[in-house]
Amino acid sequence: MSTYTLSRGIQRAGRTAYKQGHKPGENPWSLSRMVALLVLAFLAATWLVPFAWAVLTSLKSEADAGASTLSLSPPDGFGFDAYRKVLSAGELPLWAWNSLLTSAAITLVTVATSALAGYAFSRVAFRGRRWLYGAIIAAIIIPPQLLIVPLFRQMLAFDLVDTYWGIILPQAFAPAMVLILKRFFDQIPVELEDAARVDGAHRLRVFWSIVLPLSRPILAAVAIFVFIGAWNNFLWPFIVTTDADLMTLPVGLQTVKSAYGLQYAQNMASAILAALPLVVVFLFFQRQIIKGIATTGFGGQ
Amino acid sequence: MPTAVDSPATAGLVVAGGNRMGAARARRDESLTGWAFAAPFALLFVLFLVVPAVYGLYLSFTGETLTGANGKLIGLANYSEALQDPDMWRSLGNTLWFTLLSTVPLVLLSLAFALLVNLGLPGRWLWRLSFFLPYLLASTVVVLFWSWMYNPKLGLINGVLAELGIAPVAWLQDPNVAMISVVVTTLWWTIGFNFLLYLAALQNIPEQQFEAAAIDGAGKWRQLFSIVVPQLAPTTALILTLQVLASLKVFDQIYMLTNGGPAGSTRSIVQYIYEAGFTGYRFGYSSAISYLFFAIIVLVSIAQYKLINRRSAP
Repeated sequence: MSTYTLSRGIQRAGRTAYKQGHKPGENPWSLSRMVALLVLAFLAATWLVPFAWAVLTSLKSEADAGASTLSLSPPDGFGFDAYRKVLSAGELPLWAWNSLLTSAAITLVTVATSALAGYAFSRVAFRGRRWLYGAIIAAIIIPPQLLIVPLFRQMLAFDLVDTYWGIILPQAFAPAMVLILKRFFDQIPVELEDAARVDGAHRLRVFWSIVLPLSRPILAAVAIFVFIGAWNNFLWPFIVTTDADLMTLPVGLQTVKSAYGLQYAQNMASAILAALPLVVVFLFFQRQIIKGIATTGFGGQ
Repeated sequence: MPTAVDSPATAGLVVAGGNRMGAARARRDESLTGWAFAAPFALLFVLFLVVPAVYGLYLSFTGETLTGANGKLIGLANYSEALQDPDMWRSLGNTLWFTLLSTVPLVLLSLAFALLVNLGLPGRWLWRLSFFLPYLLASTVVVLFWSWMYNPKLGLINGVLAELGIAPVAWLQDPNVAMISVVVTTLWWTIGFNFLLYLAALQNIPEQQFEAAAIDGAGKWRQLFSIVVPQLAPTTALILTLQVLASLKVFDQIYMLTNGGPAGSTRSIVQYIYEAGFTGYRFGYSSAISYLFFAIIVLVSIAQYKLINRRSAP
């Protein structure tokens, strides 16, 4: 954890403590607060245990991981052997690349198309607007999981099975994000745009140089959600790829799990390597992520 | 829903063309512009949602298989077969059971966590990080962690039980325990999202309400039930709606943890749809079950909507 996030965390904790206001006379170190602190610490520790244990296992030798359960002093000691093996022999880096490429493409297309459509719904009185908008709202309720069979048939027909496009296209739009962006655009005062339009600026120009710069925070939140969702998605990439060279990280890991079988240290090393990018993303963007969830109520899964 | 489009400012602009001809042209231009903006999204939306949804409905009335043989219309045969299929009912039952078992703690515990963290105790960022971090993991990673935790011989849980002198439990292999294990994993994985929603809602409750209540002599617990819980009602409604819909669609963690076993005791309806289509190659039948399940989702959504609207009405 960087000192930056640390200091922000402390600031925020301080602010909340202030906001919660132990009024003068209320003891911040009262017994009930201490009990609450202990309960909280216990719960948080419980939540971190699976991580800690996975890290511990990944640092053991394969023999030690498969021999002793709770040992904190394995005979072979701790080391990065499992990571070295997974990175050199496995296809992990390739899968990570596939995940990065497809998730980035999905994010780019989704954000661009949702922002354009959201703007049209918010500001442009086009024919059929209400009809299309109603269709999008209705579509939010359709779980993509139920469309796997017809979508797969479509991919066969388009010859997109085992291609990047096959992974990307069916994930590259999100009705919920259109709604979120429309709601945000609705709040931007129209007067800001009117001045530019009176001067003869085209809609696209207004959108690009006035609306988008004002929408950076919401665009960032939407982009992060879409990226996390795409990075972690399992079912669709699992269905549309059979070629190991095209698998995304979650799909590839599933095959590792079956292939390595009893190699626990390597299993845990792969899992941790796969989790790492998103943890880094979170540490960089935690404010946007938290704000995004708080204000929109939508997330990845 | 009032939108900016109807605002007088924009309406004025549109008519600014002067004569009626100009206004009509302006309106046509506006339509073209709107469609140009919406077209990229609309294209993907139609191609990858509307078309497969309609095509799936058509498939559900056919005997379609992987190779495309027997693709003839067979009417409602798939549907009547599904309604008499004990495996379908079992998967559906498992899914509803999982939804109930997961939704209740995912709402109550996330509220408890948020209340605790919101007390203003030191270390706030650490608590928030601990509870939220698992939410960022891919299902595959979650499953790798937890199949190791649940490992009958080497797993941490049985290891700790052994230290306490308790006999090992076959967490994923015992039909009576497997669903609970799946729920525990799901709880660990996804609680962070609900937790953050509650935390944000808690911070929006005006401080003055607590001060007023304290002056009136209301204790902390009284404040919790008279101020906090009612103020959180809209958030609870949102969490409940999202959670039920998410739980009904469960697939990843169960498929990878237990593969629906032992003996079909954890198989979800989405897994049954997947298996009918992709291992049984019965695309028509799989589509029919999809639509039956979709009907259930629509019913649940309507029921939730009515319940929530009635409760929030005065």
